[in-house]
Formats: sequence, structure tokens, C-alpha cells
Amino acid sequence: MSNANWPLFEVFIRSKNGLNHKHVGSLRAADAPMAIQNARDVYTRRGEGTSIWVVESNLIGASDPDEADELYEPALTKVYRHPTFYTVPEGIKHM
Amino acid sequence: MDKSLEQKINDFQQKVDAEIKVEPTDWMPDDYRKTLIRQISQHAHSEVVGMLPEGNWITRAPNLRRKAILLAKVQDEAGHGLYLYSATETLGADREALIDDLHTGKAKYSSIFNYPTLTWADMGAIGWLVDGAAIMNQVPLCRASYGPYARAMVRVCKEESFHQRQGFEIMATLAAGTPAQKAMAQDALNRWWWPALMMFGPNDKDSKHSAQSMKWKIKRVSNDELRQQFVDITVPQAEMIGLTVPDKDLKWNEDTQHYTFGEINWDEFNMVVAGNGPCNKERVDARRKAKENGMWVREAAMAFAEKRKTEKVS
Repeated sequence: MSNANWPLFEVFIRSKNGLNHKHVGSLRAADAPMAIQNARDVYTRRGEGTSIWVVESNLIGASDPDEADELYEPALTKVYRHPTFYTVPEGIKHM
Repeated sequence: MDKSLEQKINDFQQKVDAEIKVEPTDWMPDDYRKTLIRQISQHAHSEVVGMLPEGNWITRAPNLRRKAILLAKVQDEAGHGLYLYSATETLGADREALIDDLHTGKAKYSSIFNYPTLTWADMGAIGWLVDGAAIMNQVPLCRASYGPYARAMVRVCKEESFHQRQGFEIMATLAAGTPAQKAMAQDALNRWWWPALMMFGPNDKDSKHSAQSMKWKIKRVSNDELRQQFVDITVPQAEMIGLTVPDKDLKWNEDTQHYTFGEINWDEFNMVVAGNGPCNKERVDARRKAKENGMWVREAAMAFAEKRKTEKVS
């Protein structure tokens, strides 16, 4: 039997206006219009969405979990980026 | 410096023990990956093959309401199959190869779908008992250690609860109907009860994959515990609608606060799993035919997409 797979698409759904599109899963389709139709049938059968994005999975760049330590280390050493780092004198309001 | 394999396996187990989910690109032991591919693909096959016994009754549903509901349910099962095949693909599995394993008989699926659906009441029994048992199995899987599997199961579980309710409604309606309708409901319960109990798999002492799966937190609750939960919940439901569970050994145990129930016929279970159930051949043939006969559509869609791409460029 032929194993010619259709391309894999990642599906992102906006559940309502005002919210981000969120990744919900993936599916295979011949092209983007078909991926949107399939995503409609698979991921929005109960009114879960008002907008659908699809993108071919192989176009997504992704960080390597093995490099997570180096990648996120700078964020961990800069506590002064958080407001709680600073002391505010007693009695100061609205800050 | 690269960590030793042993160190990696240790780190992995620590992560799982700390309830940190494993995601697709994270390092994982080969056996963990293989176990997941086997389990999730079997699950996906079960969803897809599970459409067949019910598909048998779509054209013969007793009214339009029931027909629309059954169509929606069968469509859900197709969706569940897709969520799960997608989860196997995140593990590097080739979806078409997995499907071909189903077609050659190499891969298994839930043995319950190898029983025939003889009457309309079977649609009730399947929704109530088979989907009921499936939910019981699947709720703990929403906390499985592998992220994509757990997320797929959350979606599946949300959708399954309508399946069980629509089945119970069919049974309750028949049970409250004419004597012939009630007898039809009872007959369906008689035929589906024991296969439903078998859905939870072998007894814990005979379950060869259980211990490792528990350690990896793929499996959270044992086969026997889930089966007991199912019996405890379902027996009163049957009584409520005036049907009798076909087990002469069934009785409430005041001490344990659980039902005790009769011995499952494991010979029958093993025979059906081995491919010799009433409908094994018919089910796999139907799946194989669907793939073979639908292949030209897939190829045509791909050719059309290619053509549209080149037209856009020029």
C-alpha cells in the first residue's frame, strides 16, 4: 500500500476574539485550504473556535530542550527585572 | 560532557516522578517511546474500527433525532482516532505504517469491536457500556506522563460523556417501552456486559505491561481497580431502568462497599484478541478496503494541491 502521506499541519485556534490563537494539535492535508477545512471538522465541532491558523509543521523552528539550561539562564540571573526586587519605602502608594 | 545512558534514564525517571510532563523533543528511553507508540496506536485503531459496528445502524436509526446523534457520535470517533494518530506522529511514528500494521493484523485494537451489532438496542448498549468503560479507562490517561497523549485524552474525554449519555438514553427508552422493546434492551445488555468488562484488560496479576507503564506514569490505575469502579457504577444504573446484569454471582458486599462479580471468560477474551472473534476479519477487511478504495482521492487531492502551487508561482 502507498505510504504517500499528505503534509503535516499544526493547527491553532482562536477560541474567541480578544484571545490568542492557541495550538490545539495537528492533522494531515494536501494543502492549507484543506487543512483549514479538516481543522474545522476535527477541532471546532462544538464551537471551540472563531478563527483557525494552519502552518506546515516542517516550517516551524523549535528550540532544543537539551539547550534549555543555556538558553534560559540569562533570565534566571536577572532578578532586577521583576518589580518585587525593589524595596519601596513604607507609606508610598500607587507604585 | 555527554551523560551516560544510565544517567539519562535516571534523570528521566526523576522527571516523571516529579510529575513533569514529557514533550516530543525531550529525551526519553527507547522503550518508553515504543510502549507509547504501541499503546496510542492501538487506541487510535480502536477509535477508527469502533466506527464500524455503529456505522452499521446509521441508515436504520429509528428516527431522525437518533440518526443525527449517531452520526455525530461516529464522527467524534473519527476525530478521536485522528488526535491519537497525531500523538503517535509526535513520537516519530509513521502513521501510514501504523495503519498498515492494523491491516496486516500485526497491530491490535480493542477486542470489543469484534462483536456484531445485531439490533438497535446494541447502539444503546455500546454507548452506555462500551463508551462508559472507555471513559473509565481514559480519565486517568488525561494525566499520562506524555504531554501530547494526555492532551489528546482531555479532548477525547470531553466528547465521550455525550456518547455514554446518548447510549443510556436509548437503553432507558427501550426499557420503558413495550415488552418486546424491553426484551431487546435486556438482550443487548446480556451480550455486551461481559465483553465490556473484558475491555479493562487481563487481571492485574496477568497483565504483562502494567508494572512498567505504572512506573512511567503512562498508566495510573490498575485494570482490576478500573473494572471494579465500572461495575460499582453501572450495576445501579441497570437496576434503575429495570434491566438485569447477566451475572448470577453478582452481589453487593457490605464489608468492602463494592460489588463482587463472577469470573470473566478469559478463554473467550484471548480467542477474540488472537483474531478469532465473530467479526475480526470483517472489521479489518472494511478498514483495508477503505484505505485502498480511497487512495485515488488522496492522490488526486495531492496532485491538485501541487497544480495550484505551480499556478500561483507562474
